[in-house]
Amino acid sequence: MGSSEVSAPNEAKPAEERPVALGFGSCPLPIMSHQQIVLGHGSGGKLTADLIDQVFLPAFQNPILNKLDDQAVVTIGGARLAFTTDSFVVTPIFFPGGDIGRLAVHGTVNDLAMSGARPLYLSAAFILEEGLAVDDLRRVVESMRAAAAEAGVEFVTGDTKVVNRGKGDQIFITTTGIGVIDSGVNISADRAWPRDQIILSGYIGDHGMAIMSQREGLEFEGAIESDCASLNGLVASMLGTPPAGEFIHCLRDPTRGGMATTLNEISKRANVGMFLREQSIPVRESVKGACEVLGLDPLYVANEGKLLAIVAPEMAHAVLQQMQQHALGRDAAIIGEVVAEHPGMVLMKTQIGGTRVLDVMFGEQLPRIC
Amino acid sequence: MCLAIPGKVVDTFDQRGMRMAKVQFGGIVREACLEYVPETQIGEYVLVHVGFAISRIDEAEAERTYQALRDLDQLTELESPVVEEVEPGGYRQ
Amino acid sequence: MKYLDEYRDGDVAQKIVGEMRRIQTRPWVLMEVCGGQTHSIVKSGIDHLLPEGVELVHGPGCPVCVTPLEMIDKAHAIARQPNVIFCSFGDMLRVPGSDGDLFTIKSLGGDVRVVYSPIDCLKIARANPAKQVVFFAIGFETTAPANAMLAWRAREEQVSNVSLLVSHVLVPPALEVILQAPDNRVQGFLGPGHVCAVMGYSEYDPISARYQVPIVVTGFEPIDILHGTLMTLQQLEEGRAVVENQYSRVLGREGNLPAQKLVNRVFEVIDRKWRGIGTIPMSGFRLRDEFAQQDAEKLFDVAEIATLEPEICISGQILRGIKKPHDCPAFGTLCTPQRPLGATMVSAEGACAAYYAYGRHLKPQAAETLSQIVAASSGSHQGAIANGQL
Repeated sequence: MGSSEVSAPNEAKPAEERPVALGFGSCPLPIMSHQQIVLGHGSGGKLTADLIDQVFLPAFQNPILNKLDDQAVVTIGGARLAFTTDSFVVTPIFFPGGDIGRLAVHGTVNDLAMSGARPLYLSAAFILEEGLAVDDLRRVVESMRAAAAEAGVEFVTGDTKVVNRGKGDQIFITTTGIGVIDSGVNISADRAWPRDQIILSGYIGDHGMAIMSQREGLEFEGAIESDCASLNGLVASMLGTPPAGEFIHCLRDPTRGGMATTLNEISKRANVGMFLREQSIPVRESVKGACEVLGLDPLYVANEGKLLAIVAPEMAHAVLQQMQQHALGRDAAIIGEVVAEHPGMVLMKTQIGGTRVLDVMFGEQLPRIC
Repeated sequence: MCLAIPGKVVDTFDQRGMRMAKVQFGGIVREACLEYVPETQIGEYVLVHVGFAISRIDEAEAERTYQALRDLDQLTELESPVVEEVEPGGYRQ
Repeated sequence: MKYLDEYRDGDVAQKIVGEMRRIQTRPWVLMEVCGGQTHSIVKSGIDHLLPEGVELVHGPGCPVCVTPLEMIDKAHAIARQPNVIFCSFGDMLRVPGSDGDLFTIKSLGGDVRVVYSPIDCLKIARANPAKQVVFFAIGFETTAPANAMLAWRAREEQVSNVSLLVSHVLVPPALEVILQAPDNRVQGFLGPGHVCAVMGYSEYDPISARYQVPIVVTGFEPIDILHGTLMTLQQLEEGRAVVENQYSRVLGREGNLPAQKLVNRVFEVIDRKWRGIGTIPMSGFRLRDEFAQQDAEKLFDVAEIATLEPEICISGQILRGIKKPHDCPAFGTLCTPQRPLGATMVSAEGACAAYYAYGRHLKPQAAETLSQIVAASSGSHQGAIANGQL
């Protein structure tokens, strides 16, 4: 691609860059194929998807895994079980509105809840870094106890390992969860259908910006707290909206990659288009302000206590009202609808009246100056 | 280029001899360096780029030009369109 | 948020567009200079609001895009060194050099940090006295005051382990290059609002006069851009060609004098190479000799690296507004933000990357389809709104 030349720094170079016939630009292989894992691979966007496609799926192929939902639905002895696993590596481990333990519980409970399952049991595996204060560990564990109680789940098994100082960023937690899906509940991404309404349960961007506010150099004052919460109660309430029926087609919690990434995933899985209204999407002033300053887009910022529901049009208002009765759905809003046109593409009418396409995020969203 | 955001100065202070401010953007407050607009008072709005206030917002001018935009559809065919032409050196720093 | 929300108002936008339609009698090609303006246009979908025949082309105002490959390779060479803490704005992290980007270097053990403000580097340097902190000082004139302050304070406060790798570029010489090209299509300019907040706009008078083009210094919010476009259109329709100021709430003709003073104290103007365009005389800044101790190019022995740009890339023509991303055979296929082939795709603000991110990665016919979809959707959504569904 380039060659090192030993030359004085100010030696004259040709004024114009002359393209050289190398067949370079016509090479079909990507110039930037990654030989090492980079942080972007963990961001939940395109790089993560590529890693799954290129490394994990080829090895672990099977019909259940290939669905690539946040949880696996398996049928054992006539019962439908939802089964999920997640690792939590957030830094700092204590942040406004929560900590890594609370995040672990709610994150796993939510993955189960998004399949319509009643979450029941969790396991927790800890990787602890040598030198971690036991008091910090106690604080995290107490937080997990409280979160589990909130969610109505129990920790039934676990594991602990310790790694050398410098090899483990204080605590890593892996949680696995199991829940039961009742009959009559049929929720999955490929059920989204044209004219379905898209409901968002509340303000977006709180969690990601709460974490961002703790990063060196990006600190700001102003209470942005993580929205970290278990959504199974809200989901149960929504499923119980009278009259009953399979009117909730799809549920997803917009975590890494934010709301825009999640809707793109559903849109591609179900092969439908989506059309949103920017005006309807609730964003707190504080989150808006922080995003503006850092050049970030709230639509791509992680949430840990919100859900997107894709609901049959005749039930949308009833479900919305039901959500608004629940503590975690007070600020719920209908933000758009599923359409038959432009399948796989999510469009949005902007505040100013223009139209924008919401694409999938590539890697991590970074603060910018441009 | 270039991301610069308007915010309200809510406090001013000195840090190692540099004039600084706490600036409020929507619901959050961040520090910014005021060395380039040193006469800024608390309550005024500044434009901040990479942690530096690079200009003060002229609120009266903002109101005037925005009102002109709001009035656009009230122009009749005979009136000339609104043209903003600033006199040389006309903006106070 | 005050001074932001009202500049995103749909009703006011409609009024401005209505006025454009009223006065427009023939097609015009306008260029918005700044990458941030491009970003704003594509993000709010302003291009779908403009009347037929008002065409906005995108200019070279993206400092990330125009940073030469050699400079990026120098930055990477420094970042790889074990004793270095390499600090950069987020924008530069994903820009590939000849061999990987700063993320790759980080994954291999390099200490690469994103900073929001250049001044943060002083704090990092003080906290790490045994390390060399190097700041990648890119940008247009807007960022020069901040970068100048870093160099100045580093010297004043005797923080000896911090230095800057400077790759600053200036707007007015680039405009001249565009206007001098025989195939230039641009008839009017939306000038760079934040650059002018620092530098003022007197530099643009001779350009406007020499080439007889209107230049309207414009802000960044959607209403600003629409307003600036209207003002440029008014001049073109009336046969005038002067410099005007749309962004009057932020700046005046002189710009920011204290900022200019420090910038001149710290930097001097030199020839600079622009990726995709070539060397433009007197188009960049470098640290003055008295700041040699803060100059990473002098402190680090980074040899010149020969670099090769892919033949297929037409960034140069895009940066000069002659072509659009759609005109490039590689756009969206061989060349994507994940695998950028050239300048205008490497940065999120580059025209190609902005088009791609905001979904214009469709072939020209499909772009037509998108316009139709937009028109149809607006219609059907009127229905949905009427039915109380949206």
